Amino acid sequence: MSVDKSTVSRIAKLARIKIPEEDLDVLAGELSKIIGWVEQLNEVKTEGVDPMASAAEDIVLRQREDLVNDGNCKDEILENATKTDKGYFVVPKVIE
Amino acid sequence: MMSSLADLTLSEAQEGLTKGDFSSRELTESCLLAMENFRSLNAFITETPDRAMADAETSDQRRAKGQVGALEGLPIAIKDLFCTKGVASTASSRILKEFVPTYESTVTENLMSAGMVMLGKTNLDEFAMGSSNETSYFGPAVNPWRRISDNRPLVPGGSSGGSAAAVSARMCLAATGTDTGGSIRQPAAFCGVVGMKPTYGRCSRWGIVAFASSLDQAGPMTRTVRDAAILLQSMAGLDLKDTTSSAVPIPDFQALIGQDLEGLRIGIPEEYRIHGTDQEILDLWDKGFKWLEDAGAEIIEVSLPHTKYALPAYYIIAPAEASSNLARYDGMRYGLRVEGSTLDEVYENTRAAGFGPEVRRRVLMGTYVLSAGYYDAYYIKAQKVRKLIADEFSEVFKKVDAILTPTVPSAAFALQEKTDDLLGMYLNDVMTVPASLAGLPGISVPASISADGLPLGLQIITKAFDEETLFRVAEVLEQSAGFDCRPDLKV
Repeated sequence: MSVDKSTVSRIAKLARIKIPEEDLDVLAGELSKIIGWVEQLNEVKTEGVDPMASAAEDIVLRQREDLVNDGNCKDEILENATKTDKGYFVVPKVIE
Repeated sequence: MMSSLADLTLSEAQEGLTKGDFSSRELTESCLLAMENFRSLNAFITETPDRAMADAETSDQRRAKGQVGALEGLPIAIKDLFCTKGVASTASSRILKEFVPTYESTVTENLMSAGMVMLGKTNLDEFAMGSSNETSYFGPAVNPWRRISDNRPLVPGGSSGGSAAAVSARMCLAATGTDTGGSIRQPAAFCGVVGMKPTYGRCSRWGIVAFASSLDQAGPMTRTVRDAAILLQSMAGLDLKDTTSSAVPIPDFQALIGQDLEGLRIGIPEEYRIHGTDQEILDLWDKGFKWLEDAGAEIIEVSLPHTKYALPAYYIIAPAEASSNLARYDGMRYGLRVEGSTLDEVYENTRAAGFGPEVRRRVLMGTYVLSAGYYDAYYIKAQKVRKLIADEFSEVFKKVDAILTPTVPSAAFALQEKTDDLLGMYLNDVMTVPASLAGLPGISVPASISADGLPLGLQIITKAFDEETLFRVAEVLEQSAGFDCRPDLKV
């Protein structure tokens, strides 16, 4: 399946990456090429095969006591933020 | 070239330090000098000479008191994908250029507890996405090796190219790498060093900048097989901060090193005779199984019929996981922030400015295969193919103890030689990706020099959690190959 400019715009919107108009054609071409190539997987018979999400599928998820074992490190958490105020992250206004 | 302390292997340096032939301070100074001399290779993004000298002094003091860790006083370089407290950790991306973690990754924490001296943070492809180091925001690391036929600078491979270059150029005794689809093994092959990816789950992923979480795994890059076992011993271990960290007991990774291969069965998968592979590499592969046979192994032809589908499956799964993992770079909590008039615009501007072209391409690819209407056709399909590949390996490991393959289809190529050939670049991983998808351990061992003067590697793969056999076979390969060449570097 080939990817056109409008599809690139749509997925760029989903991925929250601004893409200049002049890059759309090139990206459509590149993505079409990659997708055309991965479509060779359609040759593989996979009926009845369980999808494998991880190489650690045999690991039983560990549980721990529901206790606080971390925290009280607000300054460290905020240290790498560009904008903070009174101990909070600052984001652009989202409610009118 | 004058031999220096920086030329020593980890095990030689351990011995010298134990005997008191030299101090960690002297050893560290020797590495720092080499780092300065070969700075043009761009192997490091951040050098930490002051930290290194302080680490060395403290180590010498500990040793004087009889406190000797497993890596006591040994100078090691860290791939800049590991978060290191108080030291910039960039993942080679503009978006993390200013990021200074307030915490330490589990692997580097383990190495520090073992007494390591940290030399600095090595260059890599942006977010570990690349096979040549050319996607680094800080410019590519350069391979210390050159062809005989021309003097063009060559790529060190990727993504752990800076680590491979630093180990090869004797700037450090060893380095850490991470491997998602071949990012330790391919650069090791290109730079003539040993690179090892452990079983998925051996090393904690906590504090390693995430690329594709179901595949990412840290591992050692060294100049000998024994050194790889030594370094892995300190890196590995159960970590409750990573739910996929394995509780399988850690063996003595050196236990079987030095044994011959009597009683072992080595599989040769015909499907790795991939079209387009250099003839020299295929010849070396033939030589490789002859060596293992001479050491007492039984050579058995095996079949892994879905091998050719591993790479396309990987290029769905890895970008899908990357698109999800990289969603965290929103400009709010850490990393670059580019303003805009709305929240969405800040996200879009930040990510447009912060991600390079390859990362952008992979995030878009991943978003596409995960989007409504394509999820089953691409993502689930790829996961099913992954299952077939993993099952196929399991079947083969009922018949053999290890598999021998080439590591990469070619020797190192020149900078910019493949930048316009997307799929050609991806093909670098064709022989390393299958073991990654299955979560199996793999190691690349330098085994020969091409007619044009470049190192070539062979890969060993074993079943999960059988690193002891992996190192045993790898060491026999290393001894048989007798690879003792080094790059011809001029100060």
